[in-house]
Amino acid sequence: MSELSLHRGISLHRIGAMILRYWYLLLSSWPRLLELLYWPALQVITWGFLQLYIAENANFFARAGGTLIGAVILWDILFRGQLGFSISFLEEMWARNIGNLMMSPLRPIEFLLSLMVMSLIRLAIGIIPMTLLALVMFHFNVYALGLPLIAFFCNLIFTSWSVGIFVSGLVLRNGLGAESIVWTLMFAILPLACVYYPVSVLPVWLQYVAWALPPTYVFEGMRALLIENTFRTDLMLGALAMNAGLLVASFWAFLALLRSAKKHGSLLSSGE
Amino acid sequence: MTENDKASSPPTVADRGAAAAIAVDHLVKVYKQTRAVDDISFSLPRGSITGLLGGNGAGKTTTIAMIMGLVLPTSGRVQVLGHRMPEESAAVLGRMNFESPYVDMPMRLTVRQNLTVFGKLYAVSNLSDRIARLADDLDLTDFIDRANGKLSAGQKTRVALAKALINQPELLLLDEPTASLDPDTADWVRAHLERYRRQHDATILLASHNMLEVERLCDRVIIMKRGRIEDDDTPDSIMARYNRTTLEEVFLDVARGRVNGAKEAAK
Repeated sequence: MSELSLHRGISLHRIGAMILRYWYLLLSSWPRLLELLYWPALQVITWGFLQLYIAENANFFARAGGTLIGAVILWDILFRGQLGFSISFLEEMWARNIGNLMMSPLRPIEFLLSLMVMSLIRLAIGIIPMTLLALVMFHFNVYALGLPLIAFFCNLIFTSWSVGIFVSGLVLRNGLGAESIVWTLMFAILPLACVYYPVSVLPVWLQYVAWALPPTYVFEGMRALLIENTFRTDLMLGALAMNAGLLVASFWAFLALLRSAKKHGSLLSSGE
Repeated sequence: MTENDKASSPPTVADRGAAAAIAVDHLVKVYKQTRAVDDISFSLPRGSITGLLGGNGAGKTTTIAMIMGLVLPTSGRVQVLGHRMPEESAAVLGRMNFESPYVDMPMRLTVRQNLTVFGKLYAVSNLSDRIARLADDLDLTDFIDRANGKLSAGQKTRVALAKALINQPELLLLDEPTASLDPDTADWVRAHLERYRRQHDATILLASHNMLEVERLCDRVIIMKRGRIEDDDTPDSIMARYNRTTLEEVFLDVARGRVNGAKEAAK
């Protein structure tokens, strides 16, 4: 048996097999593909018109063109990145396939890496058309942000993976009864990460909570770039450091929840 | 200790585990207040087919799940193909496989796609040839490009068996392999399992409620009740001990607590 392996036994073959599995699934289901496009398009159209309306009536927003539509695109990277990760995981729970995977040579880290790749693929399918819509309809070119966009994207996707890994562990441990966490947890971050307004709007005590969340740094960084034409490297490095810690913590939590699932026999009863 | 001493001393649990396909030693699983598996020990030689019999809640599925590493034991140890489970599972998971009613294959994927994915997970070489061979052996050719969710129960079982055999496992764990199959398909599946064991000298452990299946396939039977091993022998010896002509009658004796009476009558 041939095996292309990275160090410590991580197999690219097995990661590739899982990506192939999700790719087959996407291609077999047009509603799944359509859903990837539908919500981001709806978001950008709604917020794009709102941005136009406010810009016509408020001098500040006319100067700070694109902050709302930029925020909605970055928010979708964060939210859809996590959903892309978690939905691929949920597909295994819905299909009652987790037992097959856990009994195969697939390792947890390989499973998680394949889910990360799938979140990028699903994100690309949804977000690229969204950004093109923003360009054509509202003349907002997110790609004009240049290199800072890469920093924003990386930080947001790292946070989305951390949340995705953690909630997948919760579902693994508690069954599909915990599925709603997948859809709702990121919304708890929405008001605190200051997606549509600066951190200074929050009461002082809540600002401490906001600065404990990596996405806050990204949205503040975006506003600094669009309003003041300043790229805040300090904010991006702060977010990156926090994301590194979050990723390690979420992976540790996933392994602990997997172990707990094995202890309680949850892998054999992946229903409610 | 000299070499002679070593040769004459009785084999340790680790020795037995290394030689056996499966070695289970004082295995216990407690869920809250329930002892699902209560201090069981057995060892299965390589190349054997063993039936795990017992009523609902006897502990068969939990035992198999602990052997597979899907459930962690409360105490005791399991060795599979000479490796401790679940600590050394990475060394053996590619050499074993399983089929269970508690899991399904992805429904939207075609049979070929499913077998391709699992073949890659198990790093099967010449995968296309292997899938073609399995399709031929298990009569999957007519529906190999159909979605798994659109197959009949019998076809799905054959596909699940193909997945379980994709890596030509040395050890095959089967939980109710013929449940919900018509007699013809069930008989066909049994014949295939017998052939596979013969051709590959594989070890098979199967949990079943189907006594005829166990009588026909197994050279050894372990009867479980309330998490404990009630009896462990060849089918013929067990039937003789209970003075019964079928395993079904033995099963009923055990399930209804007529064990001592039946054994006394046999004496």
